[in-house]
Amino acid sequence: MAGQACIVGIGETDYCRKPGSGMSQLGLQLTAAVRAIREAGLEPAEIDGIMPFPNLGRAEEFAANLGCENLRFAATVHMGGAAPAASLQAAAAAVTSGMASHVLLPAGWNGYSGARVRQTVAQDLASIPGGAIARDYYLPFGFTAPPQWYSVIARRHMHEFGTKPEQLGAIAVTMRKHAQLNPRAVMHGKPMTLDDYLASPMLADPYRFFDCCLETDGAAAVVVTSAERARDLPGKPIAILSGACGQPYPADEITNREDIFRTGLTIAAPEAFAKAGITPGDVDFAMIYDCFTFEVLQQLEEVGFCKRGEGGSFVEGGRIELGGELPVNTHGGLLSEAHVLGMSHIVEAVRQLRGEAEGRQVENAEIGIVTGWGDFGDGSIAILRR
Amino acid sequence: MSEASAYTKPLPELEGHAREFYGFCKQRELRFQRCTKCRAWRHVPREMCAGCGSTEWEWARASGRGSVFTWTVVGRALHPAFQEDTPYAPVVVEMEEGVRLLSQVVDCPPEALEIGMPVEVVFDDVTDEVTLPKFRRAPA
Ligand SMILES: [Zn+2]
Repeated sequence: MAGQACIVGIGETDYCRKPGSGMSQLGLQLTAAVRAIREAGLEPAEIDGIMPFPNLGRAEEFAANLGCENLRFAATVHMGGAAPAASLQAAAAAVTSGMASHVLLPAGWNGYSGARVRQTVAQDLASIPGGAIARDYYLPFGFTAPPQWYSVIARRHMHEFGTKPEQLGAIAVTMRKHAQLNPRAVMHGKPMTLDDYLASPMLADPYRFFDCCLETDGAAAVVVTSAERARDLPGKPIAILSGACGQPYPADEITNREDIFRTGLTIAAPEAFAKAGITPGDVDFAMIYDCFTFEVLQQLEEVGFCKRGEGGSFVEGGRIELGGELPVNTHGGLLSEAHVLGMSHIVEAVRQLRGEAEGRQVENAEIGIVTGWGDFGDGSIAILRR
Repeated sequence: MSEASAYTKPLPELEGHAREFYGFCKQRELRFQRCTKCRAWRHVPREMCAGCGSTEWEWARASGRGSVFTWTVVGRALHPAFQEDTPYAPVVVEMEEGVRLLSQVVDCPPEALEIGMPVEVVFDDVTDEVTLPKFRRAPA
């Protein structure tokens, strides 16, 4: 199976905060989608599979706008921020099994100018992982939003392994450093030091303000097709070697886990590496879903780049910087490029593997991974090869 | 604390298992589901025992004692109803029975919290209908 599906097109809108995109959520995603489709050398009408991000649009409305008269495959992986990388696996299965020929993966929102996190959680129960469980057992106690939910895991990590604030800071500083190499990044031209990080206010201790992802407007999209079909297209296809996803247990309740560090990626990563026939040591770069700094550290551990408990020292000393042992999020990630729900991580991985990451190219990048993290710790991973 | 009209924070919906759980709290009893077949405690309430598959359970009374497992300190509220409370600490309490519960420790400033700190349940009648189980520091 390995290598039979490819990413053949990538597209993005501009990423911004003030004054906002000036476009609708759907309009933004369509803009990125059309760019990805044309970049692949396809016409929008040739798209016959669409995998919208959870709660951010329906396949029907994408199809009606794009003119996809032959939509055959429509599915959404309900894993929050883990959806895009998880969707790569599903899209690969679709194109290799003949369920669809060209699958579009769009994601995007007005994360800055539209509904902000603090509003959606207060108003929309459907947007909260756990649904009624969160309503009945979390919200009455003020446990209302992602940085709070995840920071209790970060605190346990600090307690059990001695992970330090400066190590979380190293991640934030690295993402910001990478954003300086990416003119598209919202934080381009706004460097940050470890002292800046440490001085930022506590949002959900141990998470400071700069441990948290950006809220931005923007969209990104990719197109997946079979390796066979990709040969007829003009661009350089990037192979989806394997993908996998998983859930923590229980997935709908974050406090009663026997092993609080066992998340979806703990299950997914070994499966993905086994299917691809490679090991973490073969990976040239990693695009890690960086909703918060600690989630980067934790995913690096659970993927197997280092042992559990060693993530703190792993992220120090420039190891995850461009030029380091394992460059992470060379675009700046959710922390310093833009929050595009993980789709821009896939776009950046494709750029790196094509050798098109101007000014921030990982030398001789051959194999890269993309991870996703969503809801109460759902996880996904895709292994890509040039 | 019974001025119902003044209470603006989110409340549990008193339906199904939550109605029972919070109903016991109103009676000053902290009870969790306990499988009558394999005797496993569980929280949050479920329809069946994930361990043995039994759909039979009782609402077994817990000792009310536990310890702080982890917590966060909210410095910037992400829900309007909690804006005036900052800084406040949602705390995960591990009960003697093994289940964990998300709550707050009412008599401990966030900076004094410690993992392993012994706590015991207290009941906070936030409205006429709803009583929330919260915790206070307990002797070791
Ligand atoms: Zn049982």
